[in-house]
Amino acid sequence: MCGIVGLYLKNKALESQLGALFEPMLIAMTDRGPDSAGFAIYGDEVADGSIKLTLRHADENYDWAALAEKAQSDLNVGVEWFKNSKVAVFKLQTSAAIAEAFIKETAPDVLILSAGQSIEILKEVGLPENIADTFNLKGMKGSHIIGHTRMATESAVTMEGSHPFSTGMDLCLVHNGSLSNHNRLREELKREGIVFETENDSEVAAGYLTWRLQQGDSLNEALTNSLKDLDGFFTFTIGTRDGFAVLRDPIACKPAVMAETDDYVAMASEYQALTTLPGIENARIWEPEPATIYVWERSSH
Amino acid sequence: MKTINLTEQSVRDLNQALHDQAIECTEREWEVLEPKGQHNIACGLDQNISVDIKGPTGYYCAGMNKKAHVTIHGNAGQGVAENMMSGTVRVKGDASQAAGATAHGGLLVIEGNAAARCGISMKGVDIVVKGNVGHMSCFMGQAGALVVCGDAGDALGDSLYETHIYVKGEVKSLGADCIQKDMREEHIEELTELLNRAGVDEDPTAFKRYGSARQLYNFKVDNTSAY
Repeated sequence: MCGIVGLYLKNKALESQLGALFEPMLIAMTDRGPDSAGFAIYGDEVADGSIKLTLRHADENYDWAALAEKAQSDLNVGVEWFKNSKVAVFKLQTSAAIAEAFIKETAPDVLILSAGQSIEILKEVGLPENIADTFNLKGMKGSHIIGHTRMATESAVTMEGSHPFSTGMDLCLVHNGSLSNHNRLREELKREGIVFETENDSEVAAGYLTWRLQQGDSLNEALTNSLKDLDGFFTFTIGTRDGFAVLRDPIACKPAVMAETDDYVAMASEYQALTTLPGIENARIWEPEPATIYVWERSSH
Repeated sequence: MKTINLTEQSVRDLNQALHDQAIECTEREWEVLEPKGQHNIACGLDQNISVDIKGPTGYYCAGMNKKAHVTIHGNAGQGVAENMMSGTVRVKGDASQAAGATAHGGLLVIEGNAAARCGISMKGVDIVVKGNVGHMSCFMGQAGALVVCGDAGDALGDSLYETHIYVKGEVKSLGADCIQKDMREEHIEELTELLNRAGVDEDPTAFKRYGSARQLYNFKVDNTSAY
């Protein structure tokens, strides 16, 4: 069992409150996932031609300033950065490929949690409430956010095994369920050049979407194909630069509920996670259909 | 009327107070405020009382109900009225999956839609859904009746025993051993009575009836050679 939650703001006036609106949603799913928690928040975009990386080091006192300085001098590009607990967000005026290659080469013990123009991923082992506190979730701003509270079944309780899993530029996935063909699929995807950090089944789903998108699929096509190729139980919420998508497997054992008002679209494993949203009493609330792709995206890009 | 607000008292407090009514009934009318999607609200009741829950509920609301009349003024989570024995459960909104699962008796009315597996393994309950039902509804249904005023999803009545199924709208597909059957006079009568009890205004003659082909009941003697 796991809990997943997502909040996509239609009303830009609420963007300064995104973290505050989302924090109780994540914490409400503690019963479904007390092992670890994480979220991917979208906003604070860097310009075209720049890249934003979320980096993590196990040592909270890691010298991020030195790494930023080295990036600036070695790559000869502008670097802005800030630290949040064990995580640092680096904004570099270069391409993703150059920036990621630099980190892997210069600081191999630094984990790249996400790369994109908008996405930041923050996740840790522990109770959702503590993780929200650690990263000061309630003070965060942005356009949309997806999160996960984990009760581990398929792999160990580690930071690396916690969600969200990033699936390429500005894409990430959270998963409630368990996949039964993840071992074979992982081997097939490795042959296609997809790199995996863990033995986690959900990371395979993320890797699968990355691979499909690399093959030229649209998000919709990649999700449609996933219904054919992924065997097991799943409710997915997928974050993109412009919005989010929700998909349940055809059997639809894993729960999901959606709510929509003029101000937002929200999804959660259970209604309990939606009760603190403003205007929820009058929201349109429904259960997403099995094997049906729901996408909300803003059209600004 | 006794009112319990679930932001002030726990579900366990509420359920204990309701269970106490089985020993000595001191209050016939109960109102539950601010349920906020919590699980197991008003489970295991065993007294002729009415309980009005003013908002959406989580999993297993009114499960194992006996005699009581529970109304949910909102949506219900998974397994509403599961294993109900008697009484009435009415959902004013939608119900999530497995509504009325394994229920033995009583009446479950869902005024909105019911999701997948509505009435799975039902054993005698009557279920009336004003909207649609999801896939695998009435799977292994043994007794009782399922009435669907809207449409039914895939694999309706898969591996059905003797539950009577009535659907007014479209059936996406029938499950193994479930077939359409004639609406005879006795079925019109049964459906009329079910709609009346549920307080649903529909024309019984507009429904189609589905039931078991009874081909999966017995071991087929032709297969003995396999042993």
